[in-house]
Amino acid sequence: MTRLMRIPFAVEALLIALLVIAFFAFPYNLAFVTRILIMVLFVLSIDLVLGFAGIATLGQAALYGTGAYAAGLFAVHVTAAPLPGLLIGMVAGAALAFLSGLVLLRTKGLTLIMLTIAVAQICQEVANKARDVTGGADGLRGIRMEPVLGLFEFDFIGITAYWYVAIVVFIVFLALKRLAAAPLGLSLRGIHESPERMLAIGAPVYRRQVLAYTLGGGIAGIAGALAAQVTQLVSLEVYSFTLSAEALIMLILGGTGRLWGAIVGVVLFMTVHHVAASADPYNWLFFIGFMVLGVVFFLPGGMIRLPQALLRLGRQR
Amino acid sequence: MSAGLQVRGLQKSFGGIIVADDINVDLAPGARVALIGPNGAGKTTFSSLITGKLTPNAGEITLDGQDIRPLGEADRVKAGIAKTFQITTLFRDLTVRDNLRLAAQERDGRARAWFKRADSWAEVEREIDAQLAAFRLEALGDKRVSDLAYGQQRLVEMAMTLMLKPRVLILDEPAAGVPSSDSHLITDAIERLPDDLAVLIIEHDMKLVFRVARSIIVLVNGRILTQGAPNEIAADERVRDLYLGARHHD
Repeated sequence: MTRLMRIPFAVEALLIALLVIAFFAFPYNLAFVTRILIMVLFVLSIDLVLGFAGIATLGQAALYGTGAYAAGLFAVHVTAAPLPGLLIGMVAGAALAFLSGLVLLRTKGLTLIMLTIAVAQICQEVANKARDVTGGADGLRGIRMEPVLGLFEFDFIGITAYWYVAIVVFIVFLALKRLAAAPLGLSLRGIHESPERMLAIGAPVYRRQVLAYTLGGGIAGIAGALAAQVTQLVSLEVYSFTLSAEALIMLILGGTGRLWGAIVGVVLFMTVHHVAASADPYNWLFFIGFMVLGVVFFLPGGMIRLPQALLRLGRQR
Repeated sequence: MSAGLQVRGLQKSFGGIIVADDINVDLAPGARVALIGPNGAGKTTFSSLITGKLTPNAGEITLDGQDIRPLGEADRVKAGIAKTFQITTLFRDLTVRDNLRLAAQERDGRARAWFKRADSWAEVEREIDAQLAAFRLEALGDKRVSDLAYGQQRLVEMAMTLMLKPRVLILDEPAAGVPSSDSHLITDAIERLPDDLAVLIIEHDMKLVFRVARSIIVLVNGRILTQGAPNEIAADERVRDLYLGARHHD
């Protein structure tokens, strides 16, 4: 993988190839593949917050859900043009992350995790109670999106939706890749490794954590907005604890702190879910549990490290 | 107004326990001052009061005549006070170069840049080369810190701290945990520190202290017992009884 990275635009080319292959390989499952892509974006946002900056969170759904409701309400009440809605979703996710982060990031460890869960629960309860605005438990309906850029209509097979989501995910992934190799990425990893040392080289650790959490919130907000626009529905589920927890499991499966880990983890989890759940609708979680155990014990760096681990094993033989 | 770090009447207590009592210290540019004293004398407390980890109850701390008491930890580093820890504190999963880079990018205030690669500032890369060469770490630049020997990690921590271009450097037990076969590395490195840097060394290793310090402060129960040139301190009966006693009596 590292050798591949040295070829200019190798990553970009590989991503585009994967997106094109996925498009032609699953013509009747485009909606499912689109959902996978949205999930990749969401898991990337957790990777930035947890994998890079080391901020433990189990409430990322708060930011995703807020992006979804913001984009949904914007489409219903203001304009149904997709791109402005996307922007609104991003700003909403980032704003909630910033405001809640100011308080949350004063804490760490278990307290921090509990508080992130609490924020998501509060959001869910507010959305539930504000029935007039959000539709409550019935969900927010009546989202009818206009064509993307006024040109590409959302069709019932989901071709436009697929490419719309794919391009957004592609752009965010590349931006994150730059960030990871830039001073900001290095400094977030530094905070993850040793906040004490970061402070001792003069880094405002708390402020930088708020920044990372806000950026993560913006990305989660985009993911939520995409979900709202593509499915044309926002339900209370967007704030569910299960969403945060499953996304975290996907990230751990794939490998935290590396962007490809998010992609590998999501594809693996959702494919297994898809296949196993149709084979055995009651016990599919059993299978996921086994995979997580296997990764945690044998591949602590995530599935992204599988090729390296196999190589090492082969050399030992 | 005088250059360097000045501490006047520094006072700190936890409840009824006084851990710093009317401490006066001057660290002019180029100073090599050692702070010695038995365990629990308040040496690390003193260092924490200077770096801003603890807030004094009374007293003044000025750097080049400017009051630094309102500054937080990170801002005091920016003002020019850097330290190495009693237990080496580094970014263990990152390479040696990345460790130094992190310090440089904080110093230059561009740690939030997100588009250019972190290693694309040519001038900083040359600075890192020079700093690694000064500590004879050239060959280890691309190794992960966790793969280095402890003595080498100590040197990396000093190199990283120097990347901050501090004016005052606090070395908290620089030789602690380093095998005696490697301790000359530390002593050599301290002797080669920049001439205009004010250095405060907190140390138990008397051999190291007498070799590098030009002035020694003896701290007992949070109070300065005496202060002077190494030969004066070595000749001081009270210090011998208190600190070197065991070794001199037998």
